[in-house]
Amino acid sequence: MQGIIDRLTAPQTIAYAVIVGIVFMGLQIMAAVMVYAERKVAAFMQQRYGPYLVGPRGLLQPIADIVKLFFKEELRPKAADAFLFSLAPIISVAAAYLAFAPVPFGAPTTFFGMLDEPIKLQVSDVNVAVLVIFAVASMGVYGIVLAGWASNSKYSLLGGLRSSAQMISYELAYGMSLATVVMMANSMSLTTIVDQQSGYWFGFIPKWYIFLQPIAFFVFACAGVAETNRAPFDFPEAEQELVAGYHTEYSSMRFAMFFMAEYINMVTVSAVAVNLFLGGWYGPFIPANYGWIWFVIKLAVLLFVYLWLRWTLPRFRYDQLMSFGWKVLLPLATVNLLLTAAGVLYFGL
Amino acid sequence: MASDALLFYLFATITVAGALMVVTQKNPVYSVLSIIAAFFGLAGLYVLLEAPFVAVAQIIIYAGAIMVLFLFVVMLLNAPREDAAEWDRSHPLYRPMAMRIGGALAVLLALELGWALSRTTGLAAGIGEDRPAVSSVEELGRVLFTDYMFAFEVTSILIIAAMVGAVVLARRREE
Repeated sequence: MQGIIDRLTAPQTIAYAVIVGIVFMGLQIMAAVMVYAERKVAAFMQQRYGPYLVGPRGLLQPIADIVKLFFKEELRPKAADAFLFSLAPIISVAAAYLAFAPVPFGAPTTFFGMLDEPIKLQVSDVNVAVLVIFAVASMGVYGIVLAGWASNSKYSLLGGLRSSAQMISYELAYGMSLATVVMMANSMSLTTIVDQQSGYWFGFIPKWYIFLQPIAFFVFACAGVAETNRAPFDFPEAEQELVAGYHTEYSSMRFAMFFMAEYINMVTVSAVAVNLFLGGWYGPFIPANYGWIWFVIKLAVLLFVYLWLRWTLPRFRYDQLMSFGWKVLLPLATVNLLLTAAGVLYFGL
Repeated sequence: MASDALLFYLFATITVAGALMVVTQKNPVYSVLSIIAAFFGLAGLYVLLEAPFVAVAQIIIYAGAIMVLFLFVVMLLNAPREDAAEWDRSHPLYRPMAMRIGGALAVLLALELGWALSRTTGLAAGIGEDRPAVSSVEELGRVLFTDYMFAFEVTSILIIAAMVGAVVLARRREE
């Protein structure tokens, strides 16, 4: 018994619990911040004010939204499949949280000298991290498909089916762009991949993979936006055709869970992009101990690009989406993969 | 370690229960979901055997890609619920020949499983044993592209042939 208590109160265990807490709460807070940022950025681009009444500059708007969603009535269509109808949003949110588990967000730290040995700033350092992220991302689609089917409504079903078709189409290109970076780094661990990107060429160009693999980054960005169902790839919820797509019949917190999953997925895809292509927590001026500041800055920039895209580009047409995915992205990713393989093999890039 | 054995029984229960649910569920969508649960249990077992790559690859390929397609088709065709009570005696499964062969196969399977069970020493054998730490991805890749090169290439040719066949069958005839 004493052994268990000793282990539970060991500094390493507590630090680990703190990291899990940071990731869990951080993702939730990021989702709330993204709701606010999305409305403010949209307002800015449309020359409006956006939310400004609740709190200073409308900063408390997300809290007001959440409270409203908590107290709204929970509706379920009579013909819906009750079990799957409640399961679908849970799958979405769980997959969204889980995908962040193998993502590191800073250099190993001792928490300002409180620990004897530095601890890694990530929930779990899996040696096949890249594949885990890929696998969990492909689980998220079940939430959407089941929501569409369980609602027993034609708009929901069409939205769900579209989403699964879209995700299957873009997953291939997504995986190929991941494989390219894995080959360059010769490792599937995100920590190792980030460590490979430290240092500079000629003393000032950072050794980020985006400079070596611009095509892979482009493919990853397109497929990432498509995987998270964001504009211009937001077909599962195309308002003009499908009302609200897969979550047409959802209300209250169940609807909020889908929304949260979408924002958390955006954060995860951006975090993976930062780690794979933008050098993770490495950057000039800030000492390595505080690398997570760089990580947060890069993450914020990518998330802003997400919003920027949404309010700038119109939605694709469905056939354009499919031909872009299969006839442009996939061949591009494949050729890039083969060229990289040849480069790694013959020139030792 | 005791916790490893505990996890083994947890994942084994998920796998077996999921597999049983696949055949007992009346709604095909629930069957598909049960098999996904079984795949996750299986992935957990692979992780316990220190083969994370196999676990993740299995999730990506089976749970992530193939079962999504299954679900897609089941939903698109709106497959009806299956009630055994609705089958009448004219159902093909009630033919005497089918029942005899099916019964014989079932007895054979039961005998084989009993024999296999009698030869295993412990249910959770091999779980939690210390193994030399190898980077499983590297090791797997090396074995796949040297010792099993031929089988690997033949399998990929088989898959390409199936894909080309599917495209040829599905393509609309041009006038």
